[in-house]
Amino acid sequence: MPENIQLTLSQMEAGQAGTIVQILGGWGLNRRLEALGIRPGKKVTKISTMLFHGPVTLRTDHTQVAVGFGMANKILVEIDTPA
Amino acid sequence: MKILLMGNPNVGKSVLFSRLTGTRTIASNYPGTTVGFTKGSLKIGQEQVEIIDVPGTYTLEPTSKAEEVAAEMLKEGDLIIDVVDATNLERNLNLTLQLLERPVPVIVALNMWDDTRHRGININVARLEELLGVPVVTTVGVTGQGIRELVSRLPEATAPQTVYPGSDERWAKIGDIVSQVQSLTHHHHTWRDVLEDVSSHPAGGAAFAVLVLAATFFIIRFIGEGIINYVTDPLFNWLWTPLLMKLSLALGSGGFWHDILVGKLINGQIDYFQSLGLLSTGLYIEFGVVIPYIVSFYFILGILEDVGYLPRLAVLMDTLMHRLGLHGFAIIPTILGFGCNVPAIMATRILENRRERFIAATLISIAIPCAALQAMIVGLVGQQGMQYVAIVYGSLFISWIIIGLILNRVMKGFSPEIIMEIPPYRFPPWRVIGEKLWLRVFSFIKEAMPIVLGAVFVVNILYMLGVFDFIANIAAPVLTGLLGLPKETVVAMAVGFLRKDVAMGMLAPLGLTAKQLVISSTFLAMSFPCVATFAILARELGVRDMLKATGIMIAAALVVGGLLNLVL
Repeated sequence: MPENIQLTLSQMEAGQAGTIVQILGGWGLNRRLEALGIRPGKKVTKISTMLFHGPVTLRTDHTQVAVGFGMANKILVEIDTPA
Repeated sequence: MKILLMGNPNVGKSVLFSRLTGTRTIASNYPGTTVGFTKGSLKIGQEQVEIIDVPGTYTLEPTSKAEEVAAEMLKEGDLIIDVVDATNLERNLNLTLQLLERPVPVIVALNMWDDTRHRGININVARLEELLGVPVVTTVGVTGQGIRELVSRLPEATAPQTVYPGSDERWAKIGDIVSQVQSLTHHHHTWRDVLEDVSSHPAGGAAFAVLVLAATFFIIRFIGEGIINYVTDPLFNWLWTPLLMKLSLALGSGGFWHDILVGKLINGQIDYFQSLGLLSTGLYIEFGVVIPYIVSFYFILGILEDVGYLPRLAVLMDTLMHRLGLHGFAIIPTILGFGCNVPAIMATRILENRRERFIAATLISIAIPCAALQAMIVGLVGQQGMQYVAIVYGSLFISWIIIGLILNRVMKGFSPEIIMEIPPYRFPPWRVIGEKLWLRVFSFIKEAMPIVLGAVFVVNILYMLGVFDFIANIAAPVLTGLLGLPKETVVAMAVGFLRKDVAMGMLAPLGLTAKQLVISSTFLAMSFPCVATFAILARELGVRDMLKATGIMIAAALVVGGLLNLVL
């Protein structure tokens, strides 16, 4: 079982959880996501992707946030390995 | 003294504001209900203080227009009530710590306190107070719990002015605070969670949305018709008609004032659709047809808003909305438009750029009929059969899509990606829903009634002066040639500029065929917006863009009206 699998949020399966490693975007995107509590080090669970590359919904702490598919492509997550 | 209510979006600032000031404002369960700012006042001891409900912001480094407003207003405040969502401590504290850097005294209202328990969140309030260095009061906005304590502790507010070198240090501090004051216990999966999961699922969400919207339509009609059949019609028929007949006799059954007030008698009787008097048709259109639907629409809308369904709909619709040059969030102003286009166009302020706002406002003005107009369409066109009502709605929906596709093509720029918080489902007390409903219905009556009566009055005068015959002859080529309508419908089209519901009322005495009713009501819905919408379009978009939007409306209305005339 390889460790440290990293996927973008858009590649993750619904229900998968992990820790954000990096936001692959500019300062502006980082700041907007950070304002909503999405930043490196946070645990996130992916909830769903809407059809046709629609928005991706994720949960962090007690908040659900929806981000566009393009943004989800830029959020790199290290997947929790099942115990 | 100026007190600012600040906090993240959708943490209940507006509800607290109403509680503190007694001023009623519209609050809903989605971010961005407050786009401008609202002022109110509160008496503390002998002193009258001003309270300002600041638009929600996640950070003082603004990332959107609403946040810029918030950051700008901070300079004017003498004291800040920082409203914090207790179920989302970590993210909310980011703004709190930023506020604590400023030289303005702060007090924290730890709101939605009642929600923490069933979410399995425990917060040590005393410890939080100690760590932040400012007073922390737990509150529940919707019930008013904690408000008195909040007010009595306002003088304790202080400004620690702890400045962090950067956001990493701030987040580290937040992490430290949260780990010290908050403990989580396991919470069981409730049916609320199940509903939340279903509506976020791509296929399940779509099915759920269809179900919700169908139910919404059915219930609105059920309640609206119920009020008409069991309340307003009996009142008009058994109470108001006999009174009016007496007045009619007293006025000599004819003459200038009789025709203005009571209207023309049809076979010696008052006919609420045809008499056209201020006290007959004028009152009946509003109270007998429109208000029952206003009540039922805003009742259902209020529930959808407060439960928190609309942001989920926004996420679901995002892909489609992008094709129309918008993003998902634009669905919220659009739905507001089914009540009244004026607040809907104001709500387009939550959209990020000018292009989006122009597209959203234009599409709303063209394709979204307000509740008053819809009530008349259902009442008048529905008499001929509901399939005709369906044709009207179908034409509007197709126009919405096509015009959106075209605007998205033609206009430079692009629509930014969606990024929004999805609030949890909440079930507000009925009292809160009732208050909001009353506020909206009351302001509808207050704003619509003078214009309705004015419109009926002006129509009567213009009829007497023969002005309509003159305009009708000028407009005849377009109306009869292109749209296949009798030239007398020009009266309705002209009145449509004042109020759409009265305009539909003007169609009633003309004896139109089902096809003509469909065409004229579609044309009325799509062409000029009413004068109130005009004013708001000019204010929100500027006069040039307003004129551009109007050009699109007229062109679209003529094309669709002409097509319907050919096809039907």
